[in-house]
Amino acid sequence: MDKIDAALLELLEEDARRTPKQVGVLLGLSEAEAKARIEGLEATGIIRGYTTLVDREQMDEETISALIEVKVQPERNRGFDAIAEQLYRFDEVKDCYLMSGAYDLMLIVEGKNIRSVSRFVSERLSILDNVQSCATHFILKRYKTDGVIFEKQPEDRRMVVSP
Amino acid sequence: MNIDTLISQRAKAIQPSPIRRFFDLANAMEGTISLGIGEPDFVTPWHIRDAAMASLRAGETAYTPNAGTLQLRQAIADYLYARFGLEYDPKTEIFVTVGASEAIDLALRVLVDPGDEVLIPDPSYISYSPGALLAGGKSVLLPTYAEDGFALRGDVLRAAITPRTKALVLPYPNNPTGGIMTRPQLEELAAVLKGTNVPVIADEIYGELTYSGDHASLAQIPGMKEQTILISGFSKAFAMTGWRLGFVAADRRFVSQMLKVHQYVIMCASTMSQAAAAEALNGLLRGEFDDVEKMRRAYDQRRRYIFDRLNGMGLKCFEPRGAFYIFPDITCTGLTSEQFAESLLREERVAVVPGNAFGSRGEGFVRCSYAASLKNIEAAMDRMERFVKGRQ
Repeated sequence: MDKIDAALLELLEEDARRTPKQVGVLLGLSEAEAKARIEGLEATGIIRGYTTLVDREQMDEETISALIEVKVQPERNRGFDAIAEQLYRFDEVKDCYLMSGAYDLMLIVEGKNIRSVSRFVSERLSILDNVQSCATHFILKRYKTDGVIFEKQPEDRRMVVSP
Repeated sequence: MNIDTLISQRAKAIQPSPIRRFFDLANAMEGTISLGIGEPDFVTPWHIRDAAMASLRAGETAYTPNAGTLQLRQAIADYLYARFGLEYDPKTEIFVTVGASEAIDLALRVLVDPGDEVLIPDPSYISYSPGALLAGGKSVLLPTYAEDGFALRGDVLRAAITPRTKALVLPYPNNPTGGIMTRPQLEELAAVLKGTNVPVIADEIYGELTYSGDHASLAQIPGMKEQTILISGFSKAFAMTGWRLGFVAADRRFVSQMLKVHQYVIMCASTMSQAAAAEALNGLLRGEFDDVEKMRRAYDQRRRYIFDRLNGMGLKCFEPRGAFYIFPDITCTGLTSEQFAESLLREERVAVVPGNAFGSRGEGFVRCSYAASLKNIEAAMDRMERFVKGRQ
């Protein structure tokens, strides 16, 4: 992984719709070179996919997200991986991390409303044998996700022309 | 009372900046995309703003020492050593000014006597000639050429030096051309300057913004440090234009004279700005923050993009190697710099600055700043392409 790949990833993380040609101009690469690098990063799995960042608060159909801290009993031989898989396979689970500290797994769960998230917790999560306890925190407002600030940013305040 | 008769000849001799008229014109138009701005489009990094707020919360609202806080001067000394291997004593050879602009004015004031000549590369930033004039001297413009990458040539310098020459202003990386002086080119100038009694006012405010290897300072060339008044600041590298903070590093005999004037007319630079600047430099030196490098990379990408587009629309231009300006040759349109800039503004709502604002050698060029978002640069290039295509 060289500096150019790092810069290329930064550009695609900022805007995944940039074409190889555009990326090439910005980094001083030919279109073919840029394309080859992107394909290389896709092949090795460093690029896992391309998604769209949606501000759901602006949609009529709101969704709700919750951060859930889960304490679990690790399994012999497989540690936390088996129980983690059992959880992250659910479509409702958008993020799943193994944590150090007071609890073991952190989930971010998305649902249509509070009831659907509650149902996930009571009917799918708590009943699992390995799950010892969990704490659900509903997300009230999203300020920043994946480095993107959701608040409207102020306009360019500079003078129109300056020396 | 006839106020007009009260104004000094010196003040009257200064021409208003041609950029001013352009500013008024552009300001009156809705929907203008501006590539005419000589400052970063980034906001000062948060940790730097936070340091200023902490300073205010701690009640640091009084004057600092005239030369600036020792903490900041020490940080500047550390920076100059880490970056360029230059050793300056923070107590006697460094002081903090209200922007590099004040430092330039001070240097000219303490050097220039009536009738003295100040050598200034053409084209260059607009303040040097008026500064020389206000100090009682006169400016002698040294032509630079696109085919040399707008670097100042040794033979041009040699031919311009007379017994009346008092100083050379060396503003590289250059506004408006984006030209830089490489180390060999600086050595060529040093060979001319050595043995003369001509000091150099090196305005290196864009020194952190180079795109083909690190910036070389004239003070690094063996034997040139004593002859160089090194001026830089925080505006461009750290996106801190509104904080108004610069610095001087030079031989103590220059510094003590400049500081004397500074004491009388300024007292000291803004206290909270100094706290912010110390954080900016220390954060950089500790390797804790890479905002300077991040911004530099963003400029570099836009530089490649805008160079590609301007060439694509048939405007010849020198590939800039520093600062955040590109200086395309617009003579193929048959328009003068001012006609081009004004028509482009009226017809396509894109603001650029006519090259002649920066000196007569700038005629036939316009300055486009790429300190603008890539999205705006793209839109501006589309409009400019339409404009140029209609005139070739």
